[in-house]
Amino acid sequence: MQPPLQQVIEQAGRFILGKEHPIKLSLACLLARGHLLIEDLPGVGKTTLSHVLAGTLGLEYNRIQFTSDLLPADILGGTVYERDSGAFTFHPGPIFSQLILADEINRATPKTQSAMLEAMEEQQITIEGKSYPLPSPFFVIATQNPTYQIGTFPLPESQLDRFLMVITLGYPAHDAERALLMGRERRDMLQEIKPVIRPEELLALQRQVREVHASESLIDYIQALLAFSRHSPWYLTGLSPRAGLSLLSASRAWALLAGRDHVMPEDVQAILPYVVAHRLQPADDTTVHSAEALVKPFAEVPIP
Amino acid sequence: MGRNELALTPPGHGRLWLLGALFLVTLPHLLRMPPWLSISCLLIFGWRLLHEVRGYDLPGRWLRYLIVFIGIAAVGAAYRTLLGPDAGVALLTVMLCLKLLELRTLRDAMIALFIGYFMVVGGFLFSQSIAMGGYLFLVVLALTATLIALNHPAGRLADYRLYLSTGGKLLLQSLPLMLLMFLLFPRLSNPLWSVPEQGPSARTGLSDTIEMGSISNLVQSQAVAFRVDFDGNVPAADALYWRGPVLWHTDGRRWERMQMPIQREPPAFEVLGEEVAYTVTLEPHRRRWIFALDLPLNRPRAANTAFYFLPDFQLLSEREVKEKLRYAMRSATAYRLDTLSPAMHAAATALPGIANPRTRRLAQQWLEEGITPAEIVQRGYRLFREQPFYYTRQPPQLGDDPVDEFLFSTRRGFCEHYASAFVTLMRAAGLPARIVAGYQGGEFNELGDYLIVRQSNAHAWAEVWLQEQGWLRVDPTTAVPASRVESSVDAARFQSTSSLDDGAGFAALRKLYRQFRYGWDALNHSWNQWVLGFDRQKQLELLRKLGLHTASWGWLAGIMVGLVMAVVALIALLTLFRRPPRRDPVARLYQRFCDKLAKAGLPRQLDEGPTDFAARVSAARPELASAVQRISQLYIRLRYTRHGGTQDIESLRRLVREFKAQI
Repeated sequence: MQPPLQQVIEQAGRFILGKEHPIKLSLACLLARGHLLIEDLPGVGKTTLSHVLAGTLGLEYNRIQFTSDLLPADILGGTVYERDSGAFTFHPGPIFSQLILADEINRATPKTQSAMLEAMEEQQITIEGKSYPLPSPFFVIATQNPTYQIGTFPLPESQLDRFLMVITLGYPAHDAERALLMGRERRDMLQEIKPVIRPEELLALQRQVREVHASESLIDYIQALLAFSRHSPWYLTGLSPRAGLSLLSASRAWALLAGRDHVMPEDVQAILPYVVAHRLQPADDTTVHSAEALVKPFAEVPIP
Repeated sequence: MGRNELALTPPGHGRLWLLGALFLVTLPHLLRMPPWLSISCLLIFGWRLLHEVRGYDLPGRWLRYLIVFIGIAAVGAAYRTLLGPDAGVALLTVMLCLKLLELRTLRDAMIALFIGYFMVVGGFLFSQSIAMGGYLFLVVLALTATLIALNHPAGRLADYRLYLSTGGKLLLQSLPLMLLMFLLFPRLSNPLWSVPEQGPSARTGLSDTIEMGSISNLVQSQAVAFRVDFDGNVPAADALYWRGPVLWHTDGRRWERMQMPIQREPPAFEVLGEEVAYTVTLEPHRRRWIFALDLPLNRPRAANTAFYFLPDFQLLSEREVKEKLRYAMRSATAYRLDTLSPAMHAAATALPGIANPRTRRLAQQWLEEGITPAEIVQRGYRLFREQPFYYTRQPPQLGDDPVDEFLFSTRRGFCEHYASAFVTLMRAAGLPARIVAGYQGGEFNELGDYLIVRQSNAHAWAEVWLQEQGWLRVDPTTAVPASRVESSVDAARFQSTSSLDDGAGFAALRKLYRQFRYGWDALNHSWNQWVLGFDRQKQLELLRKLGLHTASWGWLAGIMVGLVMAVVALIALLTLFRRPPRRDPVARLYQRFCDKLAKAGLPRQLDEGPTDFAARVSAARPELASAVQRISQLYIRLRYTRHGGTQDIESLRRLVREFKAQI
């Protein structure tokens, strides 16, 4: 692995104990220029993870707490009349930041959700006919409570599609939790985070991801996976071409994290659950599936 | 929810499939059962359907026990027994319906489904027609599709095409095996188990007594009585008299057969014309006599029944004909038959007491005129032509002297009226005479090249014994001119060209309908001949054609098992060695490497990438680790990186070769 990436993972691992896999996935998502949705119970460290990532990567950071009365203007900003100059000037909202933590995104109304998600997709916002580009790199970590909790507006499938990955953090392991309980106050520790990488370096890494080689055999494999999802009776609908692109770019980022310049089928398999699970609808939806369980049928697809 | 729990409940779509398939399987039986029992079964189907769709409650345990008890009692009450095919199948049907009320786990569903497969065999107990065969094939398809639906945890109702096509493929694949077993399964000359007598079933066809009106009821039926394949030319239509029961005794109204000694061979007679050879396929009529063209020359040959003759050329089977019966015969349509024993003479001239006095007086008159017997026969025949006799299917009721009333007042009747009046007249004139019942004519099916004789061809005619000519057949019905035939249907019987004034389109439609009917009948005939009639005889013939002369039981079983195993082995081999063709040399070399490891007990999983596989193999067989790693590295380089050229392929080839030697 490239030294700066190794450092990022190590430093983040010191703050979030025993969660190396989610950290690597988040980083891969960031490198693949995708957005991340963390779906988990409150209090498992979603906010901490985004704080640590922002601090470690030296990104400007804003947190937006979504509530049911949040309006699109509260996120995007708006034009305000200024008496001194006598003109309308644009006051950028909290979205103008390199890393956004959109906390509890499913507590907001669909209107606000869609304003946020459109901004994520376009990398710019348009207000009163004028476009304002968002900073670069631009990375959204949204968190969501499990949808069966009350007071939530579940994200529709078309919106979920805008997230490259959906991951869960889960409860910490026994030893990690013990270290957490015995250790210092996390809030104090967060003050000590030092950036180990500069934003320009991050942009360079993002470019490098696109250079990672995906051979024809590998594309064959991805196509076989897509075809399987479309014909398999396990799913109501198959994966879209956009899902295929997402699969490829996430696999490339994962290969880069592993320090390779080419993608292996193992890379695809490693990120598969987090990239496709939220885009698939199980045919038998009477039970709540984990992402890993949901993609289990893909094991039938042979590696060409 | 755990995996086990999932496996135990049949999926919702599977339950609906099961309901549908079981309904199809029980349908033929529901149609046969007493209506109140069938309706109760349908109500249970409805209950289960409401449970599935609307979530209605199913009965509790005690109520269920009660319903089962009532169900058994109901079948017992309806059939007066629980044994035998009728009651047994009804009981099975009712119990299968009741099973729907407690179908909870996948195991229950599978049991119900397998009972369904068993019930398919039950369907053939009552009908073995093509239609039933086709229907039951569809039922098997539905059951197989249900089997697939039940075992498809993620399937859904909308996937019906998947279930049906997979089920259809399975059935098609089993077809060769089915044919093989059909052709080779050792046939017994008697059924392995005998289907017991089924209650009082109606007998069809001619009865062994004739009363005025008994045949006119019969001819309304278009049911097939028998079919005939001729070996050579078909005789002329006016020679097609199919002899059945011969009636001697009468009480003036009713005609009955005579008790006579049986004999193995036909009585002797003089053949005048050519012989006709043919094969009859007789529909079961639950009586003992069989039909032959006047007059039979030889004892019929059939697979598993013996036949014998009576002196009056009636042909009897040793048992009632309860299944289709095929027998080969030869007959002579032109003959001279002289036999008349004293007992026969007495019976053929007897007239009861004082019945029908006017008829006797008429005969007496003729005798007093001093005319010859041959002229008396002529007179009798001409009587029906010259006097206003009408041929009708609705003859008026006749009183105490039926022949008198018919001959002198009503003069409207059907073939049995004419035959009995004629015979009575001849006997009154002292000539030996008897009635022969049977069938006359038949339709020739050109599509199948055989003759169809229907119940509507039933007929009765007379035979008179003359000193010079022996027994002479006289069909007094033919004396009635076509102009005095009342029913238009029967007009066709008297003259072959229809005098009905149809439009051209209607005629074409009628022709089309006839063609269709003949086609369908020909299909049925072949079905009878080759499927239902495929007995030990035919099987031996087939094997002989294949060059197999010693076809004993053991041989047949051996051949069948051998061939079935060969087919299974062939399929197994094809499956084992079918692999997607690989043209890529890199992939082929890697496949060889994987095959070698698979033989060493380390098969690569379908979705196992080369790195993962190499790691697993290295852990399992550390001594191979370096070689495996080298090969995997090279393979990855060739297959997944930008690098790698022909020299790498060469080294991969070398490494794999060395590896194969090493392991």
